[in-house]
Amino acid sequence: MYRIAIFLLLFGIWIIFSGQFDAFHLAMGLISALFITLISSSFLFLDRDRSAGQCLGEIIRIPGYLIWIIYKIFQANIHILKLALTPGDLKGVESSLVKIRTNLKTDFGRYVLANSITLTPGTITVQIEGDELLVHSISDETEAGLRDGTMERRIAEVFERGKE
Amino acid sequence: MENFFLFTGVAIFALMLPMLYRILAGPTAIDRIVAVNVIGTKTTVLLVIIGVIYGRVEMFVDFALTYALLNFIGSLAAAYFLGRVNPEKHVASATPGEQSR
Amino acid sequence: MIIPIISAVLIALGLLFFIGGAVGILRFPDFYTRMHAAGKGDTMSMFTILLGLAVYQLQDPTPAHILVALKILLIALFIMMTSPTSTHALIKAGFMEGIKMWRRKDRKEKS
Repeated sequence: MYRIAIFLLLFGIWIIFSGQFDAFHLAMGLISALFITLISSSFLFLDRDRSAGQCLGEIIRIPGYLIWIIYKIFQANIHILKLALTPGDLKGVESSLVKIRTNLKTDFGRYVLANSITLTPGTITVQIEGDELLVHSISDETEAGLRDGTMERRIAEVFERGKE
Repeated sequence: MENFFLFTGVAIFALMLPMLYRILAGPTAIDRIVAVNVIGTKTTVLLVIIGVIYGRVEMFVDFALTYALLNFIGSLAAAYFLGRVNPEKHVASATPGEQSR
Repeated sequence: MIIPIISAVLIALGLLFFIGGAVGILRFPDFYTRMHAAGKGDTMSMFTILLGLAVYQLQDPTPAHILVALKILLIALFIMMTSPTSTHALIKAGFMEGIKMWRRKDRKEKS
């Protein structure tokens, strides 16, 4: 079941990147996708004890999260642009290290949280230890945005619904 | 529109020059690697723009993808190497010390 | 007619963010804050410029052009996935080296 999904994913990527639809190229893509599926299917999608409905729900909910995170990145980029272009003695920059605790259970949820924190300008994840994240933030404003935990709630809603 | 793309390419190229300053003057080694990484990202975009200008996007897109891949692997390797080169200097405390400007 | 305008606006926005990132890399006081300007102002501007170029490809939507636009979007997605990873790896390497953090002199300490 998972092998078929991985194979379809790889074959789709092959078709997009080759861009040719004659028999030779399609056969090459078929062979290489099969080969990669055979040798590497055991370490893609490690968390396999979910039902198909859960996976489908995740796939449906991911684009909404992506749009929200792109909007957040955009907003925060304007903030950092303002910081960088302020003349004088860099008034807004108040860097600090913040420790936050996360309630996310799965590894993948934590990975998404850490990457989202890093992608939002103004905050970078430095270290993950257990369920504590060490985050470097550039100004007081981004620190406040980090502490209120909206992002974590969003991620929990998308990836960990019905897992309590 | 062609002129606009040309202008964009030249502007991105001009924005690489400050990074060269950071590579030369960066106080630590990681500063230099970060600057190289930024130049790599800019080059990826520049390759696609060159493709649009020459009308051969389908070819230059593959170059850009390869460049992005190499850039990622290169910066990861550099970070790994720098993390390993001084294992006895790992800081014990979570907060680095004060430093005034 | 509307497509070149959209793509030009997106590309100009990306150039603005690129300028912000470059100025930040030159001006910010220490390694960690420079990392902020480098790692992510860049990601966003790359994303908007590539989005603009992909939109420009859709001007005459033949299958070949749509494939090229998809490829450009895949590059953007790839960089958006890998850039946080390399930023995190680099800043962790710096943290492990024990590079000192810049603090303002007259800043009062929070508990």
